[in-house]
Amino acid sequence: MEETTSYPSIEPSNFDLIVVGTGLPESIIASAASAAGKTVLHLDPNPFYGTHYASLPLNDLVSFLESQSGPQSQPPETSSDHASISLVTRPLYSALEINTYSSEPIDNSRKFNLDLAGPRFFFCSDSIIDLILKTGINQYMEFKSVDASYVSDAEGKLENVPDSRSAIFKHRSLSLSEKNQLMKFFKLVQGHFGNESEEDKIPEQDLESPFVEFLTKMGLSQKLKSIILYAIALANYDQDNLEVCKDIINTKSGINHLALYHSSIGRFPNANGAMIYPIYGQGELPQAFCRRAAVKGCIYVLRMPVVAVLMDKDDGTYKGVKLVSGQELFSPQLIVAPSFTFPSTLGPSPAQVANSCDAKEKVARAICIAKKSLKPEVANCLVFIPPRSLYPEQITSIRVLQLSGNVAVCPSGMFVTYLSAMCGNVEEGKKLINAAINALFSLPTPGNSEKSAADSLSEHIEEKPRLLWNALYIQELTTGSFDSISRTMMPDEHLDYNNLLDATEKLFREIYPNAEFFSVTTLSDENLDDGGSELDP
Amino acid sequence: MHGRPRIAPTKEEQEASSLRAAKLRDLQSQVLNFHHNKIYTKEAVEISAKLLESNPEHYTGWNYRKLAVQYLLDQQSENGVDSNSIQSILDEELRIVENALKKNFKSYGAWHHRKWVLSKGHSSTDRELRLLGKFQKLDARNFHAWNYRRFIAGLRKIPDEEELQYTTDMIYDNFSNYSAWHNRSVILSILLGKREKGYHDKERVFGEEYEFVRNALFTDPDDQSGWFYHLWLLDQTLKREPVLLSSWPPHGSNLCLSVDGSLNDRQTLPVPHFQSKARTFPLILYFSEGVEGVSSSTVTVESKCHAGDDFTWMPLSANKFGFSQAWLTYLKFPNEVHSLEACPVKVTVAHAAGITSSSGMPCSQSCHISFTVIVPSDDRQHSELQTTHRISWKEENIRSCTTQSLEADILRSLCELEITKENKPTTPKWSMETISNEIAHCQELLSTTNCKIGKLTLARLLMARNALISYGNPHFGTEANYEDVLALYRDLMKMDPAHICYYEDEYSLVLLKQLTSNVGSLMKHCYQYQESSSPSMNPYLCVRLNGLSLSRLGSMEQLLWVQMLDLSHNKLRTIEGLEALQLLSCLKLNNNRLCSFTALEPLKTLKSLEALDISYNEIGAHSIDTRRYLCSSPLTHAVGNDWNFKKFTDEDVKLKDHWDAYLLFKDLNLRQLEITGNAVVNDRLKAFLCKLMPSLKRLNGEKCC
Repeated sequence: MEETTSYPSIEPSNFDLIVVGTGLPESIIASAASAAGKTVLHLDPNPFYGTHYASLPLNDLVSFLESQSGPQSQPPETSSDHASISLVTRPLYSALEINTYSSEPIDNSRKFNLDLAGPRFFFCSDSIIDLILKTGINQYMEFKSVDASYVSDAEGKLENVPDSRSAIFKHRSLSLSEKNQLMKFFKLVQGHFGNESEEDKIPEQDLESPFVEFLTKMGLSQKLKSIILYAIALANYDQDNLEVCKDIINTKSGINHLALYHSSIGRFPNANGAMIYPIYGQGELPQAFCRRAAVKGCIYVLRMPVVAVLMDKDDGTYKGVKLVSGQELFSPQLIVAPSFTFPSTLGPSPAQVANSCDAKEKVARAICIAKKSLKPEVANCLVFIPPRSLYPEQITSIRVLQLSGNVAVCPSGMFVTYLSAMCGNVEEGKKLINAAINALFSLPTPGNSEKSAADSLSEHIEEKPRLLWNALYIQELTTGSFDSISRTMMPDEHLDYNNLLDATEKLFREIYPNAEFFSVTTLSDENLDDGGSELDP
Repeated sequence: MHGRPRIAPTKEEQEASSLRAAKLRDLQSQVLNFHHNKIYTKEAVEISAKLLESNPEHYTGWNYRKLAVQYLLDQQSENGVDSNSIQSILDEELRIVENALKKNFKSYGAWHHRKWVLSKGHSSTDRELRLLGKFQKLDARNFHAWNYRRFIAGLRKIPDEEELQYTTDMIYDNFSNYSAWHNRSVILSILLGKREKGYHDKERVFGEEYEFVRNALFTDPDDQSGWFYHLWLLDQTLKREPVLLSSWPPHGSNLCLSVDGSLNDRQTLPVPHFQSKARTFPLILYFSEGVEGVSSSTVTVESKCHAGDDFTWMPLSANKFGFSQAWLTYLKFPNEVHSLEACPVKVTVAHAAGITSSSGMPCSQSCHISFTVIVPSDDRQHSELQTTHRISWKEENIRSCTTQSLEADILRSLCELEITKENKPTTPKWSMETISNEIAHCQELLSTTNCKIGKLTLARLLMARNALISYGNPHFGTEANYEDVLALYRDLMKMDPAHICYYEDEYSLVLLKQLTSNVGSLMKHCYQYQESSSPSMNPYLCVRLNGLSLSRLGSMEQLLWVQMLDLSHNKLRTIEGLEALQLLSCLKLNNNRLCSFTALEPLKTLKSLEALDISYNEIGAHSIDTRRYLCSSPLTHAVGNDWNFKKFTDEDVKLKDHWDAYLLFKDLNLRQLEITGNAVVNDRLKAFLCKLMPSLKRLNGEKCC
């Protein structure tokens, strides 16, 4: 929190919508509402854009996680004409664990742009990419290809995901008949979507059945099933164990994933594969939506904490917010980032607040920094560790994204690797992530980590990259809620933004049933008044 | 670039196109004018550039530019060499070619011009590689670009291994790239030929290539590009020296030459009798593939009756490069040879080096054929018996040979004769293992995938294995897989009716191979024919292959001794292969699908052919008969100038209407011809044929006038 009191005063004091937090869903709504002609005030207590979706320098990431992990201090009491309820942040991260094996990453802290919500990437045909193109914010962003994706075993041995015709041809460990089966399956799915004749369609009853059963029916080997389920359809849970599986993928959604994968290949001529990643990190995305909102007249104020929500004394309905500067601002609608909460039961909809956090699953995330790629010669890549690969009780898939200096998320020569996995509790999450880290990296033994001669020698012999620094944390999963005070969702467990985008669009339509969620015609003259109304103290 | 539908142009487009055409015509006439008058001014050269940039196919335009560039370069050298200005002249050419290629990147003229400029040696090949990269992106299969790449790789002296790696990369990128696979085969051939480091072990290299292409075949069995490469690999695996398969007369045979065909002394000599009026005797060599270089220097004939004779060898089925499987010469027996004198003859094939196959493999294994010919005395006066009787093809005249009889023994002895080779070439173990391995993989693929080209490959592999076994094993009895192969072709005919003609042809070849693969099965088709009206005549050795749905002939090396052949009621569209049956006297080809006289061209070499039945075919039934023009015709200049016009000037029969019949029949000495049931037949043709062949006694069963 800032010591100084030089907070700017905001004019006017009435808005159609006030948004607190600049995470991706908040930014999309601010942008969509501005585009729909609403007056929007977008506030963030942090000095950066993105909130839980931000990309931060290493030290800033650690302090943000620390600030969001512990118990919150009581906000100062304020008084006004309206009943006010203090706005506090609730801890959505836990079990933060930082290991520093080398000071090199910390010494270069500002050269990092680390994603809070990693690992995440885009398929070229993702709906968020369509939205990026539709809104024209691609002019604020640049992307690079994720070069390859692999499946890892318990020893960290990586095998290519045979995701295309040429990848199947090139694959070194699939048997000839597996190659034949897999390509046949790809053609079957292509035939289904090619909709040239009814007989090429996959029967309706198959579409509703679990994907794993359909794959079995199509005669695919265990290895191929695992590849398709976890590396292509991106399943979270062990699909073979239907009792413990909390999210069974049906055939329809499985083949949709496959179709998305295939339509992504070659969508952009300069992207090699199906996946891309934004240069400077995922935090660029909310920021780009904010810029677009600003172009449409949205007012931005960062480093501006909201201390309280103002309620009507009579009927207890939402009226406005009180800023740390003491200024009171009014709007019929308020949207807050998921970490904001109200300490008392005086809140407008305590049930919703409780509900939004009821998901029992959590997502365990980790960030690892090393000076060597998981796969020689490959800069940016995905790695999937399917359920039961590490140990028999592993019921969720672990997803790994390695990025290099070429996407400007770390100093060149270093590699940032994000890991995530669904877990039921903190212990399970830590076990999963640590097992994955052990499989992929070599951890310096405490004794000789200081001896540089021994280091360079062992570096030479070892095949796996040596860990320089890592962070591990468990993130709560929350859903959004709609009311006069609406709440957005935390980054979900997925690698893409499809669910988030659906939820965000739904929230927008609930707030503004008659407005269009980004009309295409709003593209016209944005280049002319680029960034004109951005405020920054 | 492939598979684009053709859309009819709109009126505006048509107008625009005719406007463009007018402009082009104008440019073209200007350029031709400059060309004729050798005008190479700056303006003239610029106009030619305009023409070529909008129509890169104007070859004369490119030639004009070559002359112009040469003229300008010569001027430069007169004024003293200035490398900068030479460079700029050539750069301008490259720029124009690049523009022309942008217009049409498959223009032969433009690519050739670029090569011409590059061979001047003043231009950077770096730029060419960059340009090739662009073309590769546009269309990875553009064979012009690949061709040019080979040229540039040669100029830059890029190591072949690097270029091989480039094809690997391109195939990894997309294995449906015929050009990349093709270039791979070209480069591998060079590397293996040079026996460069890592490429002296052909077996290892090919093992890896099979493995490589197998991945493509299993990944997408319906994609043909990999299969084509596989076919090339198979071809290389099976490549072997050409060998002598069979001969006439066969090795170890005793034959009796009879001048009139009568049964003189047959009772005392259980040997086949062959008739020859001129006391000459065909000597036929049949090789495993088309060869060249069969001559008196590579093949020697030792016989006390022929000391000092010079033997002229003639190819019987030569392609346009002169390679032929069957070669013919004649043994002439002088009149003074005494009665019943046995004349042993020894033929040494590949006595000296010189016989080579079309793929350049030499026939280095020499082999011998020895046989004895008994020549009767010529002091008797011969009746004209055999030359007057009519071949009726009546069933009662045809006797089966399957029973134990003297004739059956004779036939069996003909079928069983083997050529002795001093060093019988053995099939390399590696070829056999490779083929067996490929068969196993093919069967594995077909067990899950119904793929036509896989089936075709399996059929080819099974036949190749049979061939290898029969080379390696001197005894017959390897017909293990013929039924499987025939079943595969039957499947293919159903699966892929578009290519049914090809499958029918292959089916016919396999079937004939099966029928001739051992004595037992061949004997089932062997008969003797003796005209009941002339019992004193020597019976004909007859083979009946009627009603077998054959569309094409093969395995002729097993039938060189046949005098009478029934091929009626088949589906024959061609009779290629019959030219080797030099002893053939009677031939039944009725009820087939022969659709022109030119399809009968192989008959022209059959000097003993007397009775021919080509009734109920489709000769003249097709208004457009491409085959008629594929064979030698007055248009191809392949036929001699011996047109005997005088004979046909007066009548209503016009030579020009029947040139194909003329070319076929003028050299034949038929006595008997059945031609009824063909669309082409009319009274005029009949009169024409009677006139053309004075030897003809009966036409369609009627006496010739």
